[in-house]
Amino acid sequence: MSDEPPVIEVTDLVRSFHGRKVLNGLSFKVMKGDTMIIMGGSGCGKSTLLRHIIGSMKPTSGSIKLFGEEITEMDEDQLSKIRRRFGMLFQSGALLQSMTVGENVALPIVEHGQLDAGIVDLMVKMKLEMVGLTGFEHLKPAEISGGMKKRVGLARALALDPELLFSDEPTAGLDPIMVSVVDILTQEMTRKLGVTAVVVTHDMTSAFRIGTRMIMLGTGPNQGKIIAEGTPDEIRASTNGEVKQFINGEPDGPVPLRLSKGDYVERLLGHPPVGRKTYNV
Amino acid sequence: MKEYLALNGQILYWVLIAPLRGQPFKLGEVFHQMVLIGTRALPMAALTSFSIGLTMAMQGASALKQMGAVSFVPDLVTLSLFRELGPLIVAVIVIGRSGSAVTAELGTMKVSEEIEALQVMAINPIRFLIVPRFLAMMIMLPVLTIFGDCVGMVGGWSICHYALDLNTPFYIMRSFAMAKPWDLYSGLVKSVVFAWLVITIACHMGLRVEGGAEGVGQATTSSVVWSLLIMLIANALMTAIFFFT
Repeated sequence: MSDEPPVIEVTDLVRSFHGRKVLNGLSFKVMKGDTMIIMGGSGCGKSTLLRHIIGSMKPTSGSIKLFGEEITEMDEDQLSKIRRRFGMLFQSGALLQSMTVGENVALPIVEHGQLDAGIVDLMVKMKLEMVGLTGFEHLKPAEISGGMKKRVGLARALALDPELLFSDEPTAGLDPIMVSVVDILTQEMTRKLGVTAVVVTHDMTSAFRIGTRMIMLGTGPNQGKIIAEGTPDEIRASTNGEVKQFINGEPDGPVPLRLSKGDYVERLLGHPPVGRKTYNV
Repeated sequence: MKEYLALNGQILYWVLIAPLRGQPFKLGEVFHQMVLIGTRALPMAALTSFSIGLTMAMQGASALKQMGAVSFVPDLVTLSLFRELGPLIVAVIVIGRSGSAVTAELGTMKVSEEIEALQVMAINPIRFLIVPRFLAMMIMLPVLTIFGDCVGMVGGWSICHYALDLNTPFYIMRSFAMAKPWDLYSGLVKSVVFAWLVITIACHMGLRVEGGAEGVGQATTSSVVWSLLIMLIANALMTAIFFFT
């Protein structure tokens, strides 16, 4: 394992929007077969980080290597070769609304392989069976629930049996039973088939259930930096206040519940007064 | 502007070069879009063209009557339809109903991450989404224009026949005697240029949508406004080149 290059290697990744550093010098590695959990509060840059790794966004500086190849300087052609090796589950599912559930799952299979229609049909059925949605092939995404869309998105991400799976909030909005189903699916993929997974989540139960490595991104003064990294046990035993607050779900702590009284009055009344805004609704 | 030109380049690549390299576009999707963009616009295009032919004949008749030249009404209707009004009216209809729909659809796909999902699946959105719409527009707008020319002539005929006592054979003979093939062709050249402008502007505006429903609305408005504006300028330029030099 040690002589194999990491599946993902991110080095000193920086991305700023309008001078604000959303990602601030991130470095980490994901080894083959790992399930890497990326956690962090809302707005900490989790999704932005994921978008950089899949090549949708270009970093301000730093390097990202997928399967040992630098992707930050690739053109669309080179990127699409790499992209055939991974699957991505979007937060909203991102299914094509004009196509049925079955067509959505079939899309990558049809586009990237010259397969017989019968085989494609069989593969689609298998993938839908896997996420518990047999019989929904003919419905449009608008006709199924949010949780179902997500499961179809997962089936589509797994359609080509990828070596690497990215999931953006795979369990948000699912009922507890479906959360376990999605978790077990991810675990099966990684443990039985040796797939590497990168999961962005803030569902702690699911994170500790499936994760083999975890990183946590900070907010506030630690915006865009990794504040904790390690195995689930190491994260659980972390002494970092922000990490503890996050995994235990405490409302107040290093990330303050409310601003201090002075700040509150000041912001509310607007000092200096130029900060005041008139709403014309 | 740079992005718009890049889009044009990419479309040309995916239409002309990529199929030779074994990356064809979806023919079935082209036909599907031809129905959405073209066939569904047929009733609207027919109605407008008919009414334009009708009003032109009425206006022409009232002016020409004073000079005792009512028999020139068919010339007026046919020539102005073929050269100017046919392509223009049909393009306006298509901008209003199909161009705006393309922008709104692509914009919604952009904000709901569908386009990003395609890219991540290594499916090129230009090949998958834009090329079928582009080809459908390039085929259907000239077809609709010919159709609109014919329906407009029927509009002119109905006035000549029912109000001006010009008989049908005379109307037909007169129209075709006066109109040269070039009159029809110039209109078709215009409609091809309009098709190109309308669909590339619609797709460009759709693909650059940002910021949710509001962004989609704004993009749709700018798509219609810019398409109309650029089309009218292009029309004036082409008329100047074809008939004024």
